[in-house]
Amino acid sequence: MSATDPAAPRASALARIWAFAVELWDVIRRPSSVFGLGLLVLAGFVAGVMFWGAFNTALELTNTEKFCTSCHEMRDNVFSELKTTIHFSNRSGVRASCPDCHVPHNWTDKIARKMQASKEVWAHLFGTIDTRDKFVDHRLELAIHEWARFKANDSLECRNCHSAESMDITKQSPRASVAHQRFLFPGEKTCIDCHKGIAHHLPDMRGVPGWQ
Amino acid sequence: MIGKPWFLALAVLTATASTSLVAQTVSSGLRGATPLNEEGPAAPMSPTRNTAEREPRNYPEQPPVIPHGIDGYQIDINGNKCLSCHARARTGESQAPMVSITHFMDRDGQFLASVSPRRFFCTECHVSQSVATPPVSNDFVDIDTLLSRAAPGGRR
Repeated sequence: MSATDPAAPRASALARIWAFAVELWDVIRRPSSVFGLGLLVLAGFVAGVMFWGAFNTALELTNTEKFCTSCHEMRDNVFSELKTTIHFSNRSGVRASCPDCHVPHNWTDKIARKMQASKEVWAHLFGTIDTRDKFVDHRLELAIHEWARFKANDSLECRNCHSAESMDITKQSPRASVAHQRFLFPGEKTCIDCHKGIAHHLPDMRGVPGWQ
Repeated sequence: MIGKPWFLALAVLTATASTSLVAQTVSSGLRGATPLNEEGPAAPMSPTRNTAEREPRNYPEQPPVIPHGIDGYQIDINGNKCLSCHARARTGESQAPMVSITHFMDRDGQFLASVSPRRFFCTECHVSQSVATPPVSNDFVDIDTLLSRAAPGGRR
């Protein structure tokens, strides 16, 4: 393919971009006449490692309690509620923080959730829940999203720590032991069916199954 | 009218009585040996009784006590965690006792379709119990015991 003709001095911006793209494509598709194949492969490998490292580091930065609570919507509402619960402070000192429950640990699911979360960035920028009243108005909708997610993945984020296999029901209270044997072990119910509102305050529960 | 020697004697008596009262360390089961004008160390919190076995009532009108832990149970305008098990429609799954029919009554004695707002806040009357030895002894005797004491083998 021949190089593009010198553009007319008054060519439109679109035309100039197109011409640049065509020229770039010409360079990319031609084999290198300067660098050896080995060097190119090695450079590509190193660049790939660096890119992957940077990508994952940036991703993990958005997966911390510090990042979540850097927005006042999270810090003043759901995070302050979490602080009073057993998932934040307890006898053994194990703490489940935001991403432990709200971000899947499996990589593909995590990426899918992170892409969904771009809508939450949008909501933050446009102040959808930037006051307490707005947050309370949206609480039911937000809770329903999370309940649906937990229901769909069989409460996977609960089970990352609380697996049914490693539960010793003899150490549980009589009520818990009976309920887990009747509903959890046969797979009739999943964690979130009964354990709603364990980490944050509940929205208006009228009409939610199992609630009055 | 009290005479002068009597008045003097009364004054002396009052003074000795009050000084001895101040000096006395009141040792009660609740306070411990801490002097009255000091705040003692807080007693350790005792665990909640969590047997899930019904406690008998001490008299028929007593609100039954809660025989299990209720930590973090939300009871407010948005929801009532207790009713997740104790509501009429939920007792099949939970096997928990249903809230009594008196809770459906409004203040005019009319029965409503569901729990009346004035009976909505469970912990106003029903409380969970601590595993603790009572610091103050109690010789309460329930009415059945009292009646059987009064007339052994007698009329009911």
